[in-house]
Amino acid sequence: MTSAEPLLSVRDLVHQFHTNVGVVHAVSGVSFDVYPGETLGIVGETGSGKSTLARAVLQAPRPTSGSVTFRGTDLTTLHGTRLLQVRRHLQMVFQDPFGSLDPKWTVRQLVAEPLIAYRTGDRAARRERIDEVLELVGLDPAVHGRRRPRELSGGQAQRVAIARAVALSPALLICDEPVSSLDVLIQAQVLNLFERLRAELGLSYLFIAHDLALVKQVSDRVAVMYLGKLCEVGPGEAVYRQPLHPYTRALLDSVPDTVPGAGRAAAAGGAGRISRVISGEPPSPIHPPSGCRFRTRCPRAAERCAAEEPLLRELASGHAVACHFPLVEAAAEHEGVPAARSTVRSDEKI
Amino acid sequence: MQPVTEALLDVEDLKVTFTGRGRPVRAVDGVSYSVYPGQTLAIVGESGSGKTVSCRAVMGLLPQTAVMTGSAAFAGEQLIGLTDEQLRRHRGADIAMVFQDPTRSLNPTMRVGSQIAEAVRAHRPVSKPEAREQAVDLLRLVRIPVPERRFEEYPHQLSGGMRQRVMIAIALACRPRLLIADEATTALDVTTQAQIMELLLELQAELGMALMLISHDLALAASYADEVIVMYAGRIVEQAPASRLFSRVRMPYTQALLEAIPRLQHPAHALLPVIGGRPPDLSALPVGCSFAPRCRYAADDCRASEPPLAEHEPGHRWACWHPVGSPADVGRAS
Repeated sequence: MTSAEPLLSVRDLVHQFHTNVGVVHAVSGVSFDVYPGETLGIVGETGSGKSTLARAVLQAPRPTSGSVTFRGTDLTTLHGTRLLQVRRHLQMVFQDPFGSLDPKWTVRQLVAEPLIAYRTGDRAARRERIDEVLELVGLDPAVHGRRRPRELSGGQAQRVAIARAVALSPALLICDEPVSSLDVLIQAQVLNLFERLRAELGLSYLFIAHDLALVKQVSDRVAVMYLGKLCEVGPGEAVYRQPLHPYTRALLDSVPDTVPGAGRAAAAGGAGRISRVISGEPPSPIHPPSGCRFRTRCPRAAERCAAEEPLLRELASGHAVACHFPLVEAAAEHEGVPAARSTVRSDEKI
Repeated sequence: MQPVTEALLDVEDLKVTFTGRGRPVRAVDGVSYSVYPGQTLAIVGESGSGKTVSCRAVMGLLPQTAVMTGSAAFAGEQLIGLTDEQLRRHRGADIAMVFQDPTRSLNPTMRVGSQIAEAVRAHRPVSKPEAREQAVDLLRLVRIPVPERRFEEYPHQLSGGMRQRVMIAIALACRPRLLIADEATTALDVTTQAQIMELLLELQAELGMALMLISHDLALAASYADEVIVMYAGRIVEQAPASRLFSRVRMPYTQALLEAIPRLQHPAHALLPVIGGRPPDLSALPVGCSFAPRCRYAADDCRASEPPLAEHEPGHRWACWHPVGSPADVGRAS
């Protein structure tokens, strides 16, 4: 991506849960980097392990194995106050804003909490900082400051959660489905807020969601996660225009088109399109398939896919795929014209 | 899909008011639309727009505090004013509904097959073995693999997508002529959502049903429906064939909804055009157009009188004094 040192570097991250029905392989050897000022999007469906991944990065709870290096320091080796001192630079925004806000506290108290916890400034300086971040997220300190969470709309509550997250001037914001509980017009406002904070504060993001169109729009690079593993990583535009992994293609094809009748045409098998829908459902993370975890639903699966796990390999500049039979084999084709595509894709999405 | 045939469901000036504590809330305020055999009609709106209430009113599924006026005729027969007993004859047999959350609609202590068989027997005098056979057929109809084995399973043993298929099987038990899917795919993952939507459209073609999609998702509606109705604050504000709505949007609210959707085609870090404000309090609607306080095109007349919903162009209805793209406003917005 760039020659700069990554801000966050995750290597071979594994997270397993022991349950009474077996070991849940939630995250199974995930590696990625987030560079300064960059937004890395992670897209995945229910059970892909994307939320577990977000928490494992923050060491809450600690991952089973692997390393999480932030500005050169491996968080997995830190404890107590030393971990806390690094963690103030990594903040998190969750899906349900009300779940992360104590209902008894006022908005001012909620935003003050991280400032007090890290003993930043005196009372007057904190008061000033609270006004500043509330205005930054588009809330009026005089109007909203005294309110409690139940007096806020979903969009306002999420703004308060974001204000808390940015109060300590973090370098990286980890967002886990931050807008999926909001109506579309409010969602657009919050997405724009993330963009503004990125530009004004130079924030980096690890942006996790199930909606590929949304993730692509906010991200420089996009990683696609399936059943605990990354199957494709690349620049958002390349992943969209030239997906390499069959699962990425399936996700792209499942996004409802705002082209009228696109879904109908596909359902009727018309317009020269392959059916947009992959069959079946994700297998249990307790008994993930051998080899490639997507092979049980993959239209291209062969014997090799069951026997040998495909590793992430770079097929084009910064564009990597974990597949024995990627949709485009030669790296040269990737740089060329889209006509080299191996599967049918109608023009309407371009 | 043009109305050559007679409408299956004809809703005329439907109003629903919730009385109860405090001021009455006008949840649905004079809604009229028709659904034709074989058609897919989507009703789109945000939370509180009245999209769900208007459908439940037709099904007689509203609480006692709801006061309904207007007309809703199914195949010529008036539904508003029928007793619960009379309505039950229509529910399931003529009109069936699939809801957002299958876990709450299914009985957790009962095998899914038995729940489908029960639905079959609720409307038709068939023996238990026959009902069982039909239930297995229905599981097969909704493309559930190994239906004989799935018949014996409990809801918790199924995935969200499978449970929704079971709900569809129950809804189809009596071969309804109209299926209403109320946010039926909202809780599902995108790939599962696509599977369920394809299933619904295939079944619609196979069984010749009319389909109503109630959704907050305009992109989903655009992709799968023939005709789209957009609701705001209890009223229909725009209605057009899907292809027309998205190429020639007229109502500024619909335009705002369309523009707010993240798209694969957008470049990274693109800002979305946004509007401020929130939908109005339904117990204290503003004078004039309900959307005027949030509308970037609102003028004095919008705040003075309510624009009526009228068919301004063939097949395209909207309720706006200053529609997007009208000749007088060229260059105002694209």
